[in-house]
Amino acid sequence: MNAMMLCYALLIGLALPLGLYMGRALDTDRPSVMDRLFGPVESVLMRLAGVDRRASMSWSAYLLAVLKLHLLLVALAWLVFMGQGFLPLNPDGIPGMNWDTALHTAVSFATNTNQQHYSGQAQLSYLSQTLAIVTLQFLTPATGLAVLLAITRTLLRRPAATDAGGGVGNYYVDLTRIVMRVLLPLSLVVALILVWQGVPATYQGAERVMMLDGGATQVIPRGPVAPMVAIKQLGTNGGGWYGPNSTVPLENPTGLSNLIETIALMLIPVASLIAVGVISGRRRLMMGIGAVMIAFSLITTSLIVVSERLPNAALAGLVVADSPNLEGKELRFGSDLSALWGSWTTQTSNGSVNAMHDSFNPLGGLGLLMDMFVNVTFGGIGVGLIGYLLYLMLAAFIGSLMIGRAPELFGKPLETREMRWISLAILAQPLIILGLSAITVTFPGLTGNSNPGFHGLSQVLYEFTSAFANNGSGFEGLGDATPWWNLTCVVALAVGRFLPMLVPLAVAGWLAGKRTAPQGRGSLVMESGAFVGLSAGVIVIVNLLGFLPALVLGPIAEQLVLAP
Amino acid sequence: MSFASFLNSTRLGSARRDNAGGAATALRFTLLMAGLLGLLYPLVVVGLGQLAFPHQANGSLLSDREGRVVGSALIGQRFTGDRYFQGRPSAVDYAADAVAGSNLAPSNPALRQRAEADARRITARDGVPPGRIPADLLTASGSGVDPHISPEAAAIQVARIARVRGLAPSAVTALVERYSDRGDLGEPRVNVLALNLALDGRE
Repeated sequence: MNAMMLCYALLIGLALPLGLYMGRALDTDRPSVMDRLFGPVESVLMRLAGVDRRASMSWSAYLLAVLKLHLLLVALAWLVFMGQGFLPLNPDGIPGMNWDTALHTAVSFATNTNQQHYSGQAQLSYLSQTLAIVTLQFLTPATGLAVLLAITRTLLRRPAATDAGGGVGNYYVDLTRIVMRVLLPLSLVVALILVWQGVPATYQGAERVMMLDGGATQVIPRGPVAPMVAIKQLGTNGGGWYGPNSTVPLENPTGLSNLIETIALMLIPVASLIAVGVISGRRRLMMGIGAVMIAFSLITTSLIVVSERLPNAALAGLVVADSPNLEGKELRFGSDLSALWGSWTTQTSNGSVNAMHDSFNPLGGLGLLMDMFVNVTFGGIGVGLIGYLLYLMLAAFIGSLMIGRAPELFGKPLETREMRWISLAILAQPLIILGLSAITVTFPGLTGNSNPGFHGLSQVLYEFTSAFANNGSGFEGLGDATPWWNLTCVVALAVGRFLPMLVPLAVAGWLAGKRTAPQGRGSLVMESGAFVGLSAGVIVIVNLLGFLPALVLGPIAEQLVLAP
Repeated sequence: MSFASFLNSTRLGSARRDNAGGAATALRFTLLMAGLLGLLYPLVVVGLGQLAFPHQANGSLLSDREGRVVGSALIGQRFTGDRYFQGRPSAVDYAADAVAGSNLAPSNPALRQRAEADARRITARDGVPPGRIPADLLTASGSGVDPHISPEAAAIQVARIARVRGLAPSAVTALVERYSDRGDLGEPRVNVLALNLALDGRE
């Protein structure tokens, strides 16, 4: 537990100054000293791209700009993956990807998910790993944060923004600021520390060595690994260079590299919350939301850490009694650091791993699934807090009715149109995850299960949950490189990304056009502890109602069967 | 509400007036960022990494006294001979280009079968009875190329190594101690390849 508490303390200690910095550096309405430092480069980039930096977009134009850019990103990545066999930077001579895995990979990375139905070191060239994947690993977390900034300006800022044209900001300006002022500098620092610790950074191809005992050949894949791993961790991306991700010593060599990668995966999601508090002036509300998130985080992390300290039932009587579950885990990390990473990576929709989740004990797997259902325990960059706002809107509707008021959010009336879309965005999650899981297990030829029994159902459930949550981790025994898995996951990836991210932007836009009701003594106080508690209750109840039956049939049943 | 009326309500027609930039802007922005983030940024890290840490940047390769590359300090190798310390089970037989874990669930009978077979082999080789075997020697790592074993897993192999190589057990134990890592932020561990290279006098 000491390592776990050290990581939480370090996380808060680093996220606080970063969040305060981001709150100043990313606020387009308040000039700061950072403008003088970054402004000249940014204005050159904007001029090259042909962006009018002073133009503020309406919420619908902002939304369209997001969709337009993402169509191009998918196209770029898809073409590079399919054509990598003919393109440069391919020293190991890797052929092009087939169309369905390439499409799944492109959508997976364009949705900040990084679910992988391939093994990177064997199936992607250096050009694919950098030009296609690293580019998307920067622009997709930046998009989540950009949309959060647009919502903050429109819905949360106090006093309300005075932009007469009804603008919510400029998407390209937001993206550029986030990349240049936050993601790129942090990635450079983290990447160089990782090289120091042993993560490769070279354009040379794989090295062939003769093994000491017996002389057989071992092929050691290399490449520009470190720059990718840095943004993979920092950008809630998760898609690694090597198939088994940060379990591989070349992707995560030492205790120090593991500590840095662990903190990096949670850092910006926590800092974003603080930044929004600074920009919006709603510090109390953000502190309340942060408290709920920390509580959720500690609950599932403790569950997973305790679960992985328990022995693996399959090894009873063979290994030293009371050994932790080390199947699928690296010895240098042991069970605690593997469980902590697993918990944080599913809370933040990062999805990188330093241990194989398929081999976790059933209660550990239960914790991972719960993290991904909730998906707002800090969550993906930008989208975690946006997802919480979605629940907050539902809580405001319920809370208003409970105290006998017409439903309102920050003094603006919540009406039929808003509530329809909010409900749809919340209900899409169980509909898609459970619906696709049900279809898949109905046809056993489709599942590709590698583990029998209850765990087989967990594998299917995990895959769709991970896709919808834009997480990207998996119960990796699943044989998922098939057209069925690729195409159904594309649906879950796209809906899970864009519906919960863009509906709150639309709601913010709609509410901005409405008259503010005067706040009286009977109004709903959003800053109150009672309301924040209600929002936490809404999250718990919605997820329990949606997913408890599936959890009982999967990990809970598996645990009951294994219990001595 | 129908989808059509949603589209109407979002005033899609206003996009141009907002100066949001058309498809051309999106395309130019995409290509610009792909060049900056997808090509230039990795190039800068590779350049700085090669300058500052060339050994690590090229994969932490180990050479023997004759200068032949014998492996990577970070990547485990397969050891089967009694003359060598043996590493953890691997789902891919230490093929570094096919890295993977077993992905076997605790409830999968295949995991029990594999562990029983490995336990029998360890009992026959090192005389350690079932129930006394360190857990890392019966569990496959996530990567399949874990370079380490626990100090306990090394300790149960010392007597065999000393016997086969005609060394004093205390000398082998001292060597294990030298290649152990306990001060780092991770778990206590021994690098198997480095230890075996040292045994062969090739480190």
